[in-house]
Amino acid sequence: MQNILRNYYQKGSMLKNNLIKILVFLLFVITNTVNAQETAEHHNSEEKDIKVEIKEYINHHLLDSYDFSLYSYTNDEGEHKYVGFPLPVILIDGGLKVFSSSKFHHGETVAEVDGNYYTVFHNKIYKTDAEGTITLDDHHHPTNVKPLDFSITKNVAVIFLVGLLMFFMFSRMAKSYQKNNLMPLGFGRMLEPIIMYIRDDIAIPNIGKKHYKKYMSYLLTVFFFVWIINLLGLTPLGVNVTNNIAVTFALALITYLLTTFTANKNYWKHIFWMPGVPGPMKVILAPIELLGTIIKPFSLMIRLYANITAGHIVLMSIIGLMFIFKSWIGSPLSFGLAFALALLELLVSALQAYIFTMLSALYFGMAVEEHDDHH
Amino acid sequence: MDKLIEQFSLGLFFWQLILFVGLVLLLKKFAWGPILKSVGEREEGIKDALDEAENARKEMQNLNADNARILKEARAERDLLLKEAREMKDGIIADAKNEAQAQANKVIEQAQATILAEKNAAISDLKNQVAELSISIAEKVIQGELADKNKQEKLVQDLLKEVTIS
Repeated sequence: MQNILRNYYQKGSMLKNNLIKILVFLLFVITNTVNAQETAEHHNSEEKDIKVEIKEYINHHLLDSYDFSLYSYTNDEGEHKYVGFPLPVILIDGGLKVFSSSKFHHGETVAEVDGNYYTVFHNKIYKTDAEGTITLDDHHHPTNVKPLDFSITKNVAVIFLVGLLMFFMFSRMAKSYQKNNLMPLGFGRMLEPIIMYIRDDIAIPNIGKKHYKKYMSYLLTVFFFVWIINLLGLTPLGVNVTNNIAVTFALALITYLLTTFTANKNYWKHIFWMPGVPGPMKVILAPIELLGTIIKPFSLMIRLYANITAGHIVLMSIIGLMFIFKSWIGSPLSFGLAFALALLELLVSALQAYIFTMLSALYFGMAVEEHDDHH
Repeated sequence: MDKLIEQFSLGLFFWQLILFVGLVLLLKKFAWGPILKSVGEREEGIKDALDEAENARKEMQNLNADNARILKEARAERDLLLKEAREMKDGIIADAKNEAQAQANKVIEQAQATILAEKNAAISDLKNQVAELSISIAEKVIQGELADKNKQEKLVQDLLKEVTIS
C-alpha cells in the first residue's frame, strides 16, 4: 500500500510536471491568439476588469469570512446580493460581545454593538468610530484597535461540522461492530481498511508494537480530519480550511506537544547530549537538535498549508481562464485542464492527509524509540 | 511570510485547537477505542480459529497415525497367531508320526519275538522228535545186537574191563 501510494505520488508529480508543460504551451498558444484578437478588436477594457475580478475572487476565496456565502451576484439595480447565511461574531473587547455577522452586511457597513463600532477591513474586525474610518500607517496596516476575535467564522463552522460528521460517522461504525458480530456494516466496511492501514502500515512500523496504541486515536483523527477537510475544499462550497495556516499550525502544535510530552529519556539524551560524538560536538549539536524538534512540526504545518493553498490557487486560476478566454478553443481546453487538475487535487488531498499522519507517526516513533547507545 | 503572520487568525487557531483535542478525546472514547478493540478481538478470534483448525488437523493426523499403528499391530498379531498355529500343526503331525513309528516298531518287535519263540518251540519239538526217533532206532539196533549171546558176553566183558581199569 505504501509503495502504491509512493508510486502514485511519483506519478502524481510526473502528471503535475506534464500538466505544467501543457499549461505553459496552452498559455503560449492562447495568449497569442488572444493578443491577435486584441490587436484586431482594439483593447477591450472589460477583459481587464474580469482579470482583476478573478484575482480578487481567488484572494477572497483563500481568506476566511464572517458569513457562509455560497455565491454572490449583482442584480439589475447594481446591488451585491449574497446567497448564504450569517454566522455569530464573538469579540472580547471590554467584555464578551456576541452578535450576528449580518450586522456587517458583508463588510459593507459598520456594526454597532453596545455603543462600540466595528468594521471589517481585509477580513479582520477593527474597532472604529461611527463612520467606520480606518486609519492606515505607512505600511498600509490599520492602526485601529483589533479586539480579540473568537468569532465562529466560516472555517470554524466547517471544522465544527466536520467534527460532528466524524463523531457520528465513527461512533456509528463502532456500534455496528457490536451488532454484526465484530464486523462493520455499510460504509464502515470501506473505512475499516483505511483504519487498518493506518494501524498496520503507519503506526506500527514507525512507532513500534509496544507504544503505538497511545497514539492511534490522534493519528486516526488527524488523518480523517485532514482528508475530509481537504475533500470539502474541492467541493464548490468554497470551503478552505487546510489552506489556513492557523488550522495547520494547531494540528502541528498538537503533534509537537504529543512528541515532547511522551518522549522518553533516550529522546532527550539524543537531543542534549548526543551519545557517540566527541564532547565539543555535543555542545554544537544540542541547539541544532533542539531546533530540529521545532522544525519538524513546522515543516508539517507549512507542507499541508502550502500544498492545499497552491492547489486551490492553480485550480481557481485555470477555472478563471475559462472566463478570460471566452473563445471556442481556450475555454474547453482550460475546462479539460481544470478537470484533470481537480482529479489530481483529489489525490493530493488524500496524500497530504497520509503524509501528515505518516510524519506525525515518525516523530512519535523517534520520541519513544528505545535503543542501546551504539552509535 | 509577513502576510502569513498578518493573516494568522487567533480565533480560528483557538477553535481548531479546542475542537480537535475534543474530537480526539471523544472519538477515542466512542469510536477508535471500540473499533480497534472489536478489530483486535476479531483478529484474535480468527487467529484462535486458525489455531484450533491446525490443532484439529494435527489431532486428526495423530488419530490416523494411531489407526495405522493399531492396524499394523493387529496384522502382526494375526501373523504371529498364524505362525503359532502352523507350528502347532507341524508339532502335532510330527508327534503323531513319531508315535505311529514307535507303535509300528513295537508291533514289529512283538512279531519278531513271537516268530522267535515259535521258531524255538518248533526247533525243540523237532529235537524231541529226532531224539525219540533216534532212541527208537537205537532200541531196534541194540535189540538186534543183543540177540546173539556171545556178543552180549563180550559187551559185558568190555564194560567190566573198563570199570576195573578206572
